[in-house]
Amino acid sequence: MTARVPRAAWWAACLALGALFVFPLYLTLSQSLKTSAEAAASPPTLLPHQLSIQNYLNLNGHAGSIDIAQHLLNSLLVAAGTSAGTVVLATLAGYGFARLRFPGGGLLFMAMLAAFMIPFQAIITPLYVVLHTIGLSNSLVGLTLVYITFQLPFGLFLMRNSFAALPADLEESAQLDGCSLASTLWRVMLPLAVPGVVTTALFSFFTSWNEFFAALILITDQSKFTLPVVLSVLQTGQFGTIDWGVLEAGVVLSAAPCVALFLLLQKYYVGGLLSGAVK
Amino acid sequence: MSQRDRAVAAVRVAGRGRARRRALTWRRRRQLAGLLCVLPALACTTIFFFVPLGLDFWMSFNQWPLLGDHQFVGLQNYAQAVHDPGFLGSVGVTVLYTVIITPLLLVLAFVLAVLTQGADRASRFFRTLYFLPVPVGLASASYLFVWLVQPNVGPIGRVLQLAGVVQQPPVWLAATIPALLVVVGMVVWKVTGLQMILLMAGMQSIPDAMHEAATVDGAGWWRRFLFITMPLLRPTLALVLVFSVAGSLLAFDQFYIITAGGPSNSTLTAVYTIYRTSFVSFHLGYGAALSILTMLVLAAVSAVQLLLIRQSTELS
Repeated sequence: MTARVPRAAWWAACLALGALFVFPLYLTLSQSLKTSAEAAASPPTLLPHQLSIQNYLNLNGHAGSIDIAQHLLNSLLVAAGTSAGTVVLATLAGYGFARLRFPGGGLLFMAMLAAFMIPFQAIITPLYVVLHTIGLSNSLVGLTLVYITFQLPFGLFLMRNSFAALPADLEESAQLDGCSLASTLWRVMLPLAVPGVVTTALFSFFTSWNEFFAALILITDQSKFTLPVVLSVLQTGQFGTIDWGVLEAGVVLSAAPCVALFLLLQKYYVGGLLSGAVK
Repeated sequence: MSQRDRAVAAVRVAGRGRARRRALTWRRRRQLAGLLCVLPALACTTIFFFVPLGLDFWMSFNQWPLLGDHQFVGLQNYAQAVHDPGFLGSVGVTVLYTVIITPLLLVLAFVLAVLTQGADRASRFFRTLYFLPVPVGLASASYLFVWLVQPNVGPIGRVLQLAGVVQQPPVWLAATIPALLVVVGMVVWKVTGLQMILLMAGMQSIPDAMHEAATVDGAGWWRRFLFITMPLLRPTLALVLVFSVAGSLLAFDQFYIITAGGPSNSTLTAVYTIYRTSFVSFHLGYGAALSILTMLVLAAVSAVQLLLIRQSTELS
């Protein structure tokens, strides 16, 4: 359909739009690489006069007591835990729903997908009470379990479809050869469902690494804050002044892994989006 | 019947019975294994989804402080909510935000999708470029934009000044509409690429033969877009719309970080009000009632959208 648009106009439009989309990313990266003095300059410089990693070093111990390594570790643990947990639970349940049919399974599957439609913003108040009751409030384990629960519908949907798409004789011949159910899943079925596993893990990682709302509410101890929440401490500033160089260094620290992972695993990322949305 | 015949028949019957029993236990075992496989996921969903969902309703009928006993108050929380100017105001802000951002995102995403739907290298490159902000978290993007629009140290004001658009860098976050526009700008930057990809996938699923046949019949680009692309894209459009509207109605992160609900509480969204009710004032019962109301609105809006789109499909 683009044939009607002259090629030069097309290039101009696409490049202009591209500049608009990339400009904020460029600005924050350059801000984070300025010296502290230049980062605070007014009016701001659009190109750093001198490159420096001072802002990244200043992330540590900033605004009183921020231990940035600790928060990075918190985020990593929660994101890795969510990915691993979601993959294990979704693989097992997806296999169960797709291959080991049992009475009421279809209904149960639909019920478990309901969490897809009711987001956790809508049940955050009772969720807080439940976590408090079972002693998991203000705990990264509790936060991880909540993330797993809300990533499960997507993972479950993806893994059930992955397993349902595999031919039935594959499983039968594995069992005729004496494979147990567990080793059929592990050795025969799972290797063929790897794209589903990668997509599930990737999306769980992204979502939990970036999640802000639940992390803000369910974690009250500053030492346990994840990266997005600890940035709000930086944003509040020390003695009422905000160090924008340090804050943007924090933004780069939290955004760079996502952009890098996306560029590396683009195929799975876009594929997952489409299978989640279009089917 | 001879004794031998009877014996053979008996063996045959017994054999069949044994075979059936073996088949049954084999099926049973598979069913049991299926249930066991599903169990961990079910336990997780029950504890952290079904129980809180049920508790949400129960809490909404109670006065529920953070510490101490709760007290059943019937529908009092709901009666209070429908007269609460704070809550109703925040619903108004949320709806206004949704009404501004939804068409903006959709039209821009459409433009990007049409521009870059080719299979050539350049199209693929630009598609990736426009998609680049999507993996960045909403919170990170908000911290980024709140700096961009700072009047003295932020680069947006400086760029506008250098371009001669303004004399002094504008103060964005001191008035309601400009503050809302900053949030809208950030979300457009972050989300358009996502909708672009979804719309493009929908467009690519339309068979080329359709377009070719229309071209042979003399239909131009616009006619093909209006009479082939748009009608066949309805299911995708419905999905993108429902996702987009639901996301906007639940907006929180961007407002918490960029505007903090200000100036003077004029950009508090519905979820922001729930957050403040439950976790700043600790009126958990009232917060639960507001959650239920928000959930109902969300469900109603999605249902109406799906219905409208289905109807217009039947009409065409």
